Amino acid sequence: MKRVALLGMPNTGKSTLFNRLTGSQARVGNWPGVTVDLATARVLVGGHMVELVDLPGLYDLHGFSEDELVARHFLEAARVDAIAVVLNASQIDRQLALALQLKALEVPTLVLLNMADEARRYGIEIDVERLGTGIGLPVAAISARFGTGVPEALAKLAHLLDTAPHPREASVRAALAEDHRREEEIEALLRDSVVVPERLSEQASDRIDRVVLHPWFGLPLFFLAMLAVFQAVFWLGSPMQGGVEALFEAVRRLALEPALAPLPVLLRGLLLDGVWAGMGTVAAFVPLIVVFFFFLAAVEDSGYLSRAAFLTDALMARLGLDGRAFVMLLMGFGCNVPAIMGTRVMRDRPMRLLSMLTIPMSLCSARLQVFVFIAAAVLAPARAPWVLFGLYVMSFAAVIVTALLFRGRFASAEPFVIELPPYRMPTMRQVWMRGWVEVKHFLRRATKFIFLGVIAVWLLTHLPSGAAPAGPDTIAGWIGSAMQPVLGPLGIDEKLAVALIFGFVAKEVVIGAFAVIYGLEGDALAAGLAQSMDWVAATSFMLFTLIYTPCLSTVATLRSESRSLGFTTLAVAWPLALAWAASFAFYQGMRALGF
Amino acid sequence: MTVRLPLSELAPGDRGVIAAVDGPEGLRKRLAALGFRAGRAVVMMRRGSLCGPLHVRLGTTDVALRPAEAAGVSLRPTETAGVSLLPAVAPAT
Ligand SMILES: Nc1nc2c(ncn2[C@@H]2O[C@H](COP(=O)(O)OP(=O)(O)OP(=O)(O)O)[C@@H](O)[C@H]2O)c(=O)[nH]1
Ligand SMILES: [Mg+2]
Repeated sequence: MKRVALLGMPNTGKSTLFNRLTGSQARVGNWPGVTVDLATARVLVGGHMVELVDLPGLYDLHGFSEDELVARHFLEAARVDAIAVVLNASQIDRQLALALQLKALEVPTLVLLNMADEARRYGIEIDVERLGTGIGLPVAAISARFGTGVPEALAKLAHLLDTAPHPREASVRAALAEDHRREEEIEALLRDSVVVPERLSEQASDRIDRVVLHPWFGLPLFFLAMLAVFQAVFWLGSPMQGGVEALFEAVRRLALEPALAPLPVLLRGLLLDGVWAGMGTVAAFVPLIVVFFFFLAAVEDSGYLSRAAFLTDALMARLGLDGRAFVMLLMGFGCNVPAIMGTRVMRDRPMRLLSMLTIPMSLCSARLQVFVFIAAAVLAPARAPWVLFGLYVMSFAAVIVTALLFRGRFASAEPFVIELPPYRMPTMRQVWMRGWVEVKHFLRRATKFIFLGVIAVWLLTHLPSGAAPAGPDTIAGWIGSAMQPVLGPLGIDEKLAVALIFGFVAKEVVIGAFAVIYGLEGDALAAGLAQSMDWVAATSFMLFTLIYTPCLSTVATLRSESRSLGFTTLAVAWPLALAWAASFAFYQGMRALGF
Repeated sequence: MTVRLPLSELAPGDRGVIAAVDGPEGLRKRLAALGFRAGRAVVMMRRGSLCGPLHVRLGTTDVALRPAEAAGVSLRPTETAGVSLLPAVAPAT
């Protein structure tokens, strides 16, 4: 088997090409630094079975941000048979330098001029044959997004592999030596084989930027757009939610109850009221979450994220962070885990840590499910959207408080320099793929955390046998009352306390736990919840859920990315303290005001 | 001695030609990779509000960077008028 590495600057379409060639589902987005870890897949190229490796982008071989190091360490440690350098053809003037750096590694190399479609639109003409002769490497023009030129490129890769010598480690150090002489070489190559128009015609991106990056309207427009996206998610997702609920209830009534009737009562209860009810309540949110990720994927693929970084950088700088940290918070709205990994683009460790400390405050889609559920059950329909909106505001507020408090400890001098790629129309393929990946992700979590979580909750609320389910004599009851001195002042009762404990594992388990603890489903569960808490207690519970300990996956990611137990402890303990303080202030304050 | 104009001083719509790039090595390398090289033309597209980042264009590459980072990029003082937007490579000096 041959190993081929996809290398190139960030955002040049490596992952798009990787997906096209291997049928994989690597994440793609119009933001430099989407891929921060390596991914591999097998594909047949000519007569060779090839292990294709998608790597994080790197600006040059000297780079030392974490994502660049992943690529560089891979090159140093792994034996590669060939390198495919992916360049953005419309930016060939500055990207050619990387191709020459890589050529010096003396590994067989194929140069892929990607985004040929965009280069053509800019009026850039590249004489591929001439460029190839000039560099001394095979060159192919492709469009990874539309597939043009890909078969020819594969043929060239196959030819390269036919004649490739035995693989060996690349000698990165040797390649770094002679950078200076390269400048002239690049100039000569460009002069010979590239024609760039004298003056660029105004592009669509310029017109959009004039509005989107407007000095006064830019930021308000951004928040309006976010609001519109959330409105659209609920408008599209909520009707489907009811459908899934009905489906689960029908299956239970028509199939499961008759089929499980012969089982002993306790086991039947565990399966029906524990597993089925718990999972069903969580599963009802899948459509909402998929729609949510459709929109997130579209935003990520549009190129707007870099603009969000531009717009917010001035504010983030005052918090000791930068515009990229804000973009990671936005990504955190989907899931905190990739957002934390996304901070690898930051070179400076203190800023990276500060950013990682704030990301878990970002209201992720799992927490959103809990809030939508409680808001729909307990709050008046007119009040619910405002409380949800308020929770997003609180999410930002928690970030701000955290950053202000800790920016002294994590002071940094990280420069802020990012590309603003042109806007690109999100592709349906990309958006669908993202939604599908999230469904798979959910199913994986459902079969692990959520499944085990609801079983554990059921056992705790039903043992020792004979006690009234979820009553004070069950294990859950004991735990709940032991927690009362701490959680009581927040308006969180014994039953809710048990749900909170399991929310530590994964936030969706909280909803599943409700179903199990109350022994109810669907509308009956909503009514049951509404009886046990008023809007003040519900909001206090949601506030606590928003801020307290991120889920287990997030903690694990914090640990592996920071490689520091001390930092991980801080990242778990601080939100817990902040959550308690915020809920306490809200609950006691509201009660004092007479609500 | 000629007085050098830092990139951070350009007004929106102004253009110039880069004379030199100073700063810590890591930053210099990153800037070079994004196209900040002596002889290249650069245009100030816009300046962010609240002393926010600058949006500049080098050829077909758009970059956002803070004024502090842009201060390390100095421009040739005289030729600012009439420089075409896109000579990918400067004429040899
Ligand atoms: N117009 C056009 N856009 C493309 C092409 N290939 C990729 N893109 C877009 O370019 C953007 C970046 O693509 P990715 O595949 O994520 O790039 P990458 O090189 O993996 O980026 P990093 O992982 O951040 O280093 C996405 O918005 C793609 O849709 C192409 O051939 N033409
Ligand atoms: Mg990628």
